[in-house]
Amino acid sequence: MMTVESTARTTEPAVGQGRVSGTEPRKPRRRGQRRERPNIGAGIGAGLWFVIVAVPVYFLLATSLRGQGDYLGEGPLSLPTGLTLDNYVRVFEVGFANFLLNSLIVATGAICLVLAVALPAAFAIVRSQNRFVRATFSLFLLGLAVPAQAVIIPIYLIITRLNLYDSLTAIILPTAAFALPISILVLTSSLRDVPRELYEAMAIDGAKVSQTFLQLVLPLSRSGIVTVAIFVGLQAWNNFIFPLVLTQSQETRVLPLGLWEFQTQYGTDVPGLMAAVVLSALPIFALYLFGRRHLLGGLAAGFGK
Amino acid sequence: MSQAARVERPGILWAAPALVFFGLFGLGPVVVVAYLSFTQWNGLETPVWVGMENWQALPGDPNVGHGLLISLGLTSLCWLTQTPLAIMFGAWAAGKQRIRAVASAIFFLPLLLSTAAIALIWRALLDPNFGLAPDIGPFMGLPNGNFLGNGSIALYVIAFVILWQFLPFHMLLYQAAARDIPRNFYEAAEIDGASRLQQFFSITVPQLRNTIIASSILIIVNSMTFFETVLLLTNGGPGTATRILPLHMYFRGFSGFEMGYASAIAVVLVAVGTTLSLLIVRITGYSKMTSQREGA
Repeated sequence: MMTVESTARTTEPAVGQGRVSGTEPRKPRRRGQRRERPNIGAGIGAGLWFVIVAVPVYFLLATSLRGQGDYLGEGPLSLPTGLTLDNYVRVFEVGFANFLLNSLIVATGAICLVLAVALPAAFAIVRSQNRFVRATFSLFLLGLAVPAQAVIIPIYLIITRLNLYDSLTAIILPTAAFALPISILVLTSSLRDVPRELYEAMAIDGAKVSQTFLQLVLPLSRSGIVTVAIFVGLQAWNNFIFPLVLTQSQETRVLPLGLWEFQTQYGTDVPGLMAAVVLSALPIFALYLFGRRHLLGGLAAGFGK
Repeated sequence: MSQAARVERPGILWAAPALVFFGLFGLGPVVVVAYLSFTQWNGLETPVWVGMENWQALPGDPNVGHGLLISLGLTSLCWLTQTPLAIMFGAWAAGKQRIRAVASAIFFLPLLLSTAAIALIWRALLDPNFGLAPDIGPFMGLPNGNFLGNGSIALYVIAFVILWQFLPFHMLLYQAAARDIPRNFYEAAEIDGASRLQQFFSITVPQLRNTIIASSILIIVNSMTFFETVLLLTNGGPGTATRILPLHMYFRGFSGFEMGYASAIAVVLVAVGTTLSLLIVRITGYSKMTSQREGA
């Protein structure tokens, strides 16, 4: 597919024909015909689903900018008349900044922990001649089938025995562990693409294993690292069950749990709640804009093949 | 060859930290939960071995039978809604038109929101007083718009919210896989005069087989154990109408402090999920298959 694309690419700029952008190369006519025949069934379905996704997202944004009184008076989907940031201010007044900070710590901690153990492991799985080391790959794959909810009680047991209950570390450890299988999957598949000759060249230069790791493996798995970091960060940021079961105090509250607390305390303040939801998702939205390809590609790479 | 042999290879030590860590928090707990199911433990003191006591109590607990039944129901609902829609939209989004790229960018938005955020949005939308529910309720035969307070439809509403949350992920899998289907398959079918529907069922679906199986297993295992959405939307109510088995496990464990008993339920959940997955693998012959594509 890639080769067809590149050979079809012409030097002349695509003009007219209602094209929005000039990046798409002009297709030879025969292929073009196939593409342009509208896929009516799926198109209508996709249109419907578009509405089903877009309406709640619009509701979320519009409500977060609406005055509290306006929300009750105007109806949920009307255009907001008086835009206000009051809701956002109110959310910060009831301790949102603390939740945000805790979530940041948890996400950063989980990312660092996963990368620290998964990178060397992926390197070993791809490069080791030891049968046992290579077999550990299947062990991690097996981990994909373990749902966190089903083992939440033993995890609670382990965390309390380690005297970590109600700390941010208590959230970081299982979050990282459950992100490990996919992370190793992504990293091994990006390392398998490194040509053997490069390792041999390093060896001829007299490089030790650790030098090979630092000078060859790390730079070449950069895109895999970014993918893993985004994936783990997202898991840590959005996880609900580990904080629910492993923490309890106000000081260790992370965003998803904080949102839930808002709901129980200020349930009637829907604009405030929606502002909190928007704020909690804002960093992820930013990430989506910046690293969408990595994020989506990484999620699919874990399972798609 | 002789050169390659001299290349120093990383040993077991490189994988050891990940193994130990994953053993402790990933695979170890599976063994521990089985052990805990034979103990009595209130979450504070040391677990006490009680043999089969928890297991013998399971059949007498009406919430276990009921919970298992509606868990299986919810799992079926999730699979029946997510799989066809994800295949259809994933294949659609794999196309090259710009509008498809823009639409998929919106489709993927729920993927970015946390379970808690999604539950909050839908709770507000489904609020029978101020949300959207009183407006759309009458069209769906529910004049008061009290979707979540109605025992006979609350589970369907939950399945819908779960669909809203997880469809993009499965769509993403199918989109990636559909992009790998060689174009000339379609071109050949086109020449043979196959309609688009025929192409979909005789090229797209068979080519996506591996992804369908993987995605289905994920849906089934997750639906059997995922309870956060239910906890946040209905708390198992009204009554016990949406008290799915994993939620019952959570309540018995972390509200009732009967961790041993809850562990027994957890083992049941894992067993059912694994059995269903193995059934899929067995029926479809997934494990015997190397590649569904010629020459690949």
